[in-house]
Amino acid sequence: MAVTGAVMVLFLVGHVLGNLKMFSGPQAFNDYAEWLRTVGEPAVPRRTVLTLVEVVLAAAVILHMWSAISLARRANKARPVKYAAKRKNQASGYATHTMRFGGLIIVLFLVWHLLDLTFAVVNPAGPAGLPYDRMVQGFALERWWVTVFYALSVIMLGLHLRHGLWSAFQTLGVGNARARQGLSAGAAVFSLLLVAGFLAVPFAVMIGVLK
Amino acid sequence: MSTMNLTLRVWRQKGPEDKGRMVTYKVVDVSPDMSFLEMLDVLNDRLIVEGDEPIAFDHDCREGICGMCGMVINGVPHGEQRATTTCQLHMRHFNDGDTITIEPWRAAAFPVVKDLVVDRTSFDRIIQAGGFISVPAGSAPDAHSLPVQKDAADAAFDAATCIGCGACVAACPNGSASLFTAAKITHLGLLPQGQPERDSRAKAMVEQMDAEGFGGCTNTGECTAVCPKGIPLSTIARMNRDYLSAK
Ligand code: HEM
Ligand code: SF4
Ligand code: FES
Repeated sequence: MAVTGAVMVLFLVGHVLGNLKMFSGPQAFNDYAEWLRTVGEPAVPRRTVLTLVEVVLAAAVILHMWSAISLARRANKARPVKYAAKRKNQASGYATHTMRFGGLIIVLFLVWHLLDLTFAVVNPAGPAGLPYDRMVQGFALERWWVTVFYALSVIMLGLHLRHGLWSAFQTLGVGNARARQGLSAGAAVFSLLLVAGFLAVPFAVMIGVLK
Repeated sequence: MSTMNLTLRVWRQKGPEDKGRMVTYKVVDVSPDMSFLEMLDVLNDRLIVEGDEPIAFDHDCREGICGMCGMVINGVPHGEQRATTTCQLHMRHFNDGDTITIEPWRAAAFPVVKDLVVDRTSFDRIIQAGGFISVPAGSAPDAHSLPVQKDAADAAFDAATCIGCGACVAACPNGSASLFTAAKITHLGLLPQGQPERDSRAKAMVEQMDAEGFGGCTNTGECTAVCPKGIPLSTIARMNRDYLSAK
């Protein structure tokens, strides 16, 4: 969980920074998208690096889901008879108890997101459209429901990471008792920044700041 | 103070093979000064007089140090009062007319023996796997022949306060025994006497814990919240660290 999660977190950091290039204008963003495909040339053929990243990410997603499913199955086997009284969570909040459900929302979102902005089959700009135009047309005001769905999913992702990051430090045994409180606060701040970064572009498009 | 009348919903199960069911009882004139176990004693006295089978529950010290008196009260192990065992929980935390649900620890590795009594020998086997230190037996060593840092001694002592009650397992949504196992590993691993077997201990105890059919830890923190001794979650990070360095 922790290792595959970390791979995805690293990717998300790169992803959000890339998205924020939208604010530098169409030229900068389209060039950046092109650079993703040409990086490493001429040492390696076009798209080598990008394809490698995609393969590693796909593996991380699958292994992460596989670990999540085995944990859930183990948990189920470890408590065959459930409690009659309603569960009362004594410790952590919403983020911790929505890891499985939240993860599911995130995969569903991932599928839509790939269809929308990667393969662009459900995007108004279509597969031939330039990356910048796909963003602007995809998050246009008439498609407000897409933006709302993105926002909810990204917030869910933020919650997932709020617990997940801290949990990963715990799983890997990083830091002592005092450092760990800092790690928990750090996980919260990081998740918040990530959510804000991902939401900036769709909302800027929706309210017409980016067009 | 006035007494209260309560409705109890209690798990009754004749033996390991019985399916078991919730049974409702009325208890009247409960004094707020009674402990939770005394309240059950009063009910059991009446059940015996009425020719009924008394409710079986574990208990020993009744002063919060033996870890026997585990039961889930209204969905929370040892009840909602923090850092308190069932025997130290007083009826003043309840109100007249309350309905209280009482269930045994629920875990595959803690099979029900009868009513609220579960078999916790899986914990003993985790201890047997590595919860010990090898010392040359002989006369007692000289005092202060083995210096221990004050903060290490304090932290080891805090971890050693685990009474092996199993509330952590009962509360964990994953049915994990990580807090118990981590408390033992931390207690021994912080002291100089525990160093020789530090890594092999973590490995052996974690493997035994998994073999017993406990679930995997996802760091929800429910265990620490219900632990009558307040064993901190940082012990689990320490266990993971020792375990990872053992491989
Ligand atoms: C593909 C859908 C996903 C599912 C089904 C899923 C599910 C889960 C589950 C069940 C856990 C363990 C529960 C826990 O620790 O409380 C978890 C942990 C975690 N997830 Fe996800 N997740 C998904 C996507 C992601 C993504 C996209 C990221 C990061 C970008 C991520 C990062 C993490 C991290 C860092 C952890 C903590 C690892 C640990 O506890 O050791 N997850 N995930
Ligand atoms: S860690 Fe706490 S809850 Fe778990 S067995 Fe020890 S004393 Fe009981
Ligand atoms: S009876 Fe000993 S701890 Fe409660």
